[in-house]
Amino acid sequence: MIFELFFGFLKVGCFAFGGAYAAIPLIRDVVLSHGWITDEVLSYMIAVSESTPGPVMLNLATYIGSNQAGFLGSVVATSAIVLPAFLIVILIMKFFSSALENKYVQAVLSGLKPAVIGIIIAVGAYMIIDTCLPEMKMDYGQIIISVAVAAIMIIAKKCFKKKLSPITLIGIAAVLGIAIYGV
Amino acid sequence: MIYTLLRMNVLFQLFITFFKIGAFTFGGGYAMLPIVEDICVSRKKWITHDEMMYITVIAESTPGPIAINLATYIGYKQKGFIGSLFATIGIVLPSLLIIYVISIFLEGFLEIKVVDSAFKGIAAAVGILIVNAGITMSKKMKKNWKSIFIFTSSAVIMLLSELFGWKVSSIVIMIIFGCFSLSVFAIQEKKKKEAEL
Repeated sequence: MIFELFFGFLKVGCFAFGGAYAAIPLIRDVVLSHGWITDEVLSYMIAVSESTPGPVMLNLATYIGSNQAGFLGSVVATSAIVLPAFLIVILIMKFFSSALENKYVQAVLSGLKPAVIGIIIAVGAYMIIDTCLPEMKMDYGQIIISVAVAAIMIIAKKCFKKKLSPITLIGIAAVLGIAIYGV
Repeated sequence: MIYTLLRMNVLFQLFITFFKIGAFTFGGGYAMLPIVEDICVSRKKWITHDEMMYITVIAESTPGPIAINLATYIGYKQKGFIGSLFATIGIVLPSLLIIYVISIFLEGFLEIKVVDSAFKGIAAAVGILIVNAGITMSKKMKKNWKSIFIFTSSAVIMLLSELFGWKVSSIVIMIIFGCFSLSVFAIQEKKKKEAEL
């Protein structure tokens, strides 16, 4: 288990190009393929990871590690996801400072980035679809909340020029959830 | 006396500084840039503004959170490998501890009906946040036939594989398009050379 955690998050750490959200599909792959947690619980963990200090992907690693194997698990998972980035930066600083300017490296990166963005949007879209239409049935509560949150987000940006932070949107969604699903 | 000695010790400084940064940065990578600017560039003069820009660019092209890249770089610059170790551990520790504690309590927490309803609401929002993040990233993406093709194909493949349960790994998709991009580049280079001859 500890080894699975370590190597799973090591892989994520190696391929998480392009920021916080790039890691989410990768982490999801690892978690689902090992059968550690379900999509639903994962989305809860993502929400918590967004609302607490620290980078989202580190928080997710800590969370999943703890969930699977206690404190040791959380340390192992977090260390594993950090290790590739840590080593690569040091290697670049020590030996390969011009590696990133190499045109072949650039060519590969220019292919990876659009792929990552496409994957992120696809995974997000799937999560929305899966929450609103579980097992081909319509969950009206989720549909209402999704539409409301999306609307609030878009209106805030277009009419008020204000970009709402993820924590705010999560808070709004939580309140809506309580309103719809009851106390 | 010991306190003064400790304060002069660069490693301790690195650790504490990045611990503070890690503890107070909410909301993902780029949110911490202003804080790091303030502390590491303006106040402690550990790096220059130009170096900040440089690391941000590196962070775009390397895996991992920008927080780690920054901590590692600044730590290394101050005190080599051990410096980067202290800085990185410093920035990781607060969230590790906080999340660990939360994780212990969450399941019991979810059994309270109010909390359960709240999280049900949140489930929908998470997907929206992710799509929104993707859309923001796509706006900043360079747009040429290659990138649009890769973007669309990977999105379609990923979505279909999820809907039909094909279980295509995102890493595989990334590797395929990485190689694709490299091949396209190599072919374009070859054509350029032939045109020159």
